[in-house]
Amino acid sequence: MVDQDMLENDQPLLIAESLSKSYGRITACRDVSFALYPGEVLAIVGESGSGKSTLLQLLSGQLAASGGQVSYRMRDSVTRDLATLGEAERRFLFRTDWGFVHQDPAQGLRMAVSAGANVGERLMAVGWNHYGRIRDTASDWLTRVEIDIARIDDAPRTYSGGMRQRLQIARNLVTEPRLVFMDEPTGGLDVSVQARLLDLVRNLVAELHLAVIIVTHDLAVARLLSHRVMVMKGGRVIETGLTDQVLDDPREPYTQLLVSSILPA
Amino acid sequence: MNAPAYNFAYLDEQTKRMIRRAILKAIAIPGYQVPFASREMPMPYGWGTGGVQVTAAILGPQDVLKVIDQGSDDTTNAISIRKFFAKTAGVATTTATIDATVIQTRHRIPETALHANQVLVYQVPIPEPLRFLEPRETETRRMHALAEYGLMHVKLYEDIARFGHIATAYAYPVKVNARYVMDPSPTPKFDNPKMDNCPALQLFGAGREKRIYAIPPYTQVVSLDFEDHPFEPYRFNAPCALCAAENSYLDEIVTDDKGGRMFVCSDTDYCEGRQAAGHHGSLSAAPYKDKAGSHG
Repeated sequence: MVDQDMLENDQPLLIAESLSKSYGRITACRDVSFALYPGEVLAIVGESGSGKSTLLQLLSGQLAASGGQVSYRMRDSVTRDLATLGEAERRFLFRTDWGFVHQDPAQGLRMAVSAGANVGERLMAVGWNHYGRIRDTASDWLTRVEIDIARIDDAPRTYSGGMRQRLQIARNLVTEPRLVFMDEPTGGLDVSVQARLLDLVRNLVAELHLAVIIVTHDLAVARLLSHRVMVMKGGRVIETGLTDQVLDDPREPYTQLLVSSILPA
Repeated sequence: MNAPAYNFAYLDEQTKRMIRRAILKAIAIPGYQVPFASREMPMPYGWGTGGVQVTAAILGPQDVLKVIDQGSDDTTNAISIRKFFAKTAGVATTTATIDATVIQTRHRIPETALHANQVLVYQVPIPEPLRFLEPRETETRRMHALAEYGLMHVKLYEDIARFGHIATAYAYPVKVNARYVMDPSPTPKFDNPKMDNCPALQLFGAGREKRIYAIPPYTQVVSLDFEDHPFEPYRFNAPCALCAAENSYLDEIVTDDKGGRMFVCSDTDYCEGRQAAGHHGSLSAAPYKDKAGSHG
């Protein structure tokens, strides 16, 4: 059993091979390759326009690549090229084994339906048909993301920004995905709320053994959450390595600039 | 010169062929919404332009037409459409469910069981059951194509969370032939069980939205629900005040401004039939007089 787990963790979950995306003459992303292992948190950092978000969309199969490929090891341990998945399979993957946390919670939530239904939607989509059990699971997840369960029947439009973001995380994690994409999850939140959210995400990641690809321009977020960092500039990965190594001892001049432009706390 | 030269049943033959093609496709894929080139009809949208076009396309000279509006044969909408086809197609009309071969309906399915030689044509305002949950039509079509219907249960979940039970009382979503989720048009959910395994062909026409869909005869139609909150048809618990029926769908009629009200069958043909057969409710004008009979 232990050997089996070891074996599972030895195999990459997601592999990107020379991924490129160009819009006409503009290249948003070129020649990106890496492998992500189960339970690993990878931060993609860089300034606006460096191709971070394009890369995230390529990796999550929302955008077709101009070159290269993304492979994912499915739950049945078969590694498949995402481009060969049918639309039904891709969408199924997206609402079961994957999560996607948007910067703007309004994109990831249904703002007009209750928090409980927001969390329960994925369960209902995979065929759960028992109201009591759906509701129990939703309450359980709201507790885990520190939302008062008295608010379970309130719509997220009545929630604060931090609560919305935590609800979005609960909604994504309810089907126990193995990989979660996060696009600037702390953008637009004030510092204390950010700290609480990061703390929560860090605990959940460890507890659930989640693999996460997080896009951020905030190096503090990368330092707190990630094991590895990829620095992007002009659509290329210019530096990659362990988080501490890259942030404490940056090699590239651009990374040095990024690191040195953090305001001292 | 003065007499308007209508084609049989108002629409020209090419248009009828186009609509028939859509109907055939709809029958072939039960519950699937088939787009069609809906025409302007001499009535406003919302008054049954979709149903009228479907009726016009399937009507033959031998057909006997019945038109009901909220179960009633004698409201403006029902009378107008009945007269419209009497004039443009010259077909026989009736108010008796049993005698009709084509029944166009708004918001009800007749209480009298339908038989195999009948076609029930529904007027549909909004054909898309996912409309108010997912506003993008491109997305809802994809959801139908991939049978992703989790969202439909989100609506039912919301009902239970808010009201303690599934409070959707009309346009209650159904799954047709274990595949497509369909809006049965704004019929009360009381009527949903009548759609299941029905011997008559059921056609749905939405004029403004330009969609036709169908339930072929003897097709399975299941109302969506939760295991612990099963589907229940709703009926006000009282007998009809005119015919004492215990199992028909009732309309509430306000009789004065002091809170007086009565509950009567919404299906007027059914109610009159029962009264003619000697059933009397608490408020029926006793004794029932035959329409042809003299007033004593």
